[in-house]
Amino acid sequence: MKHRTTGQQIFAVINYGILILASLMCILPFVHLLAVSFSESAAVSAGKVGLWPVNFTLQSYSFAFSNGKFVKALLVSLERVALGVGVNMVLMILTAYPLSRSKEQLLGRNIYMAYFVVTMIVSGGLIPTYLVTTKLGLLNSIWALILPSALNVYNMIILMNFIRNLPEELEEAARIDGAGTMTILRTIVLPLMKPALATVGLFSIISHWNDWFSGMIYMQSPEKYPLQTYLQTLLKSFEELLKTADGDYMQLISRMNVRTGRAAQLFLGAIPVMLIYPFLQKYFTDGLVLGSVKG
Amino acid sequence: MKKKRIWAKLKNQWQFHVMLIPGIVALFIFSYIPLYGLIIAFQKYNPAMGFRSPWVGLRNFTYLFGQPNFVRTIWNTFYIAVFKIIGGILVPVTVALLLNEIKNKTFKRLFQTLVYIPHFLSWVILAGVLMDLLSIDGLVNQILSWIGISPVNFLGDPGIFPWTMILTDIWKGFGFGTVVYLAALTGIDPGLYEAAIMDGAGRWKQTVYITIPMLMPTIVLMMILSMGNILNAGFDQVYNLYSPIVYQTGDIIDTYVYRLGVEQAQYAVGTAVGLFKSVVSGILLTLSYYLADRFAGYRVF
Repeated sequence: MKHRTTGQQIFAVINYGILILASLMCILPFVHLLAVSFSESAAVSAGKVGLWPVNFTLQSYSFAFSNGKFVKALLVSLERVALGVGVNMVLMILTAYPLSRSKEQLLGRNIYMAYFVVTMIVSGGLIPTYLVTTKLGLLNSIWALILPSALNVYNMIILMNFIRNLPEELEEAARIDGAGTMTILRTIVLPLMKPALATVGLFSIISHWNDWFSGMIYMQSPEKYPLQTYLQTLLKSFEELLKTADGDYMQLISRMNVRTGRAAQLFLGAIPVMLIYPFLQKYFTDGLVLGSVKG
Repeated sequence: MKKKRIWAKLKNQWQFHVMLIPGIVALFIFSYIPLYGLIIAFQKYNPAMGFRSPWVGLRNFTYLFGQPNFVRTIWNTFYIAVFKIIGGILVPVTVALLLNEIKNKTFKRLFQTLVYIPHFLSWVILAGVLMDLLSIDGLVNQILSWIGISPVNFLGDPGIFPWTMILTDIWKGFGFGTVVYLAALTGIDPGLYEAAIMDGAGRWKQTVYITIPMLMPTIVLMMILSMGNILNAGFDQVYNLYSPIVYQTGDIIDTYVYRLGVEQAQYAVGTAVGLFKSVVSGILLTLSYYLADRFAGYRVF
């Protein structure tokens, strides 16, 4: 047991203090959100709710689930995540595997690589992409939320670098045994890629779940909004209400109803991320370090 | 002779080339055609003619730079982005250094679990949370009033709004930002510390003479890579938190393009802004990749 000097002890106390404060800053806002969502709206409007619900009620949640818009948006989001992640994974694997080969094994590898990397450096930006997607007749179609981001080049490169670091002997042995390219990919490469696939898969789930912007520009009727786009409309309508409140008591009350209801829906919107979060944390450090920082 | 060899090779590897087709097609449609579509920045866009609308030269650009509102957004974007980049490096480095001094593994893991959370939530959800917390009668102002500070209008005061954006962005990202630096810290050779202890260096001297110099390459690398973001002040965040009251300091290029291009359907002018941004960030990004390779030996591919 090493003896610690007074200076070191003081430092340790201050250090723990700063880090605890930093972690509280990250978590308490969500505790507050949760508390508001379980509180009675009158208590919220009186500013009585801090980190613990006041006059506990499930009203806001029953309101959310009886609200057709919320449930519909949730279903759209689930469909979108399922389709979008499927498309993302297939395209990423199909692209990363050939590109992980050497110049001799894949003729024109550098040209292919340049083709993919250019899209990371320059882009047409919002308006031309919007015009192309619209011209393809994807307006109001769920595919407008999926196809424009069908291939994420950055994640594809993470996968590619991961495959390049796999031992080559296994593949060679299989090739000598007469296995074809697809068999090798399916039976040898894919099982070895699990940690990297889990990482990019979770990233893909999160980015599809969190995206609200494409829903806003490509869906013209609110019934087709994914959940985050629907939640976004709640933020704006709250603002509108604030503008028109002007001290009118009735409106103030309705505004506070909006506040608890909104808190509940926002919290529900955050739950899936919180649920897959432990898995994400397990994989992403390994996957990222393995994939991106290649010597 | 040579041709035959190429054919033989292609026959061996045709599956690889076929596998690449879906990715190539997807990028062709959704990256390369929009890239070509940038030419409408030099046209008077006509929906019926699409990308073959009549040419107007640089008229969209002269119109744009004649708009005081647009010139203002460039400055706002630059201001917000620069401080986000600086804070987005300084804070995670500091936190990683502090965390590195903690020996208690359970505390370390719990800390990381908690501070990563905001990074993975969308700005829509975070904006909802922040609107509540930062409003005049919100929790943050209640806490400030305990220590005698009068209420701050975080989202409605043009003088404060950019800093609300900068600080809340750092808040969202600092936890996740530490990942890179913690990885770099674990990579430092323990022998260096042992040698320093032999020479009588305390914890502070070890940090100044070993830890920080060993972290420098990673810090420089992150700085160089973030140069491409100098015109990205964060559309998702600003769009969900701003209001016309704070346009003067809070309106950024991306929100301006959105209002002009999508809401008002001024496609050509909107694209001109996009092209301007794309060219500037493209140059900076290429330059930063070159610098990263040159000075930090880092290659993305």
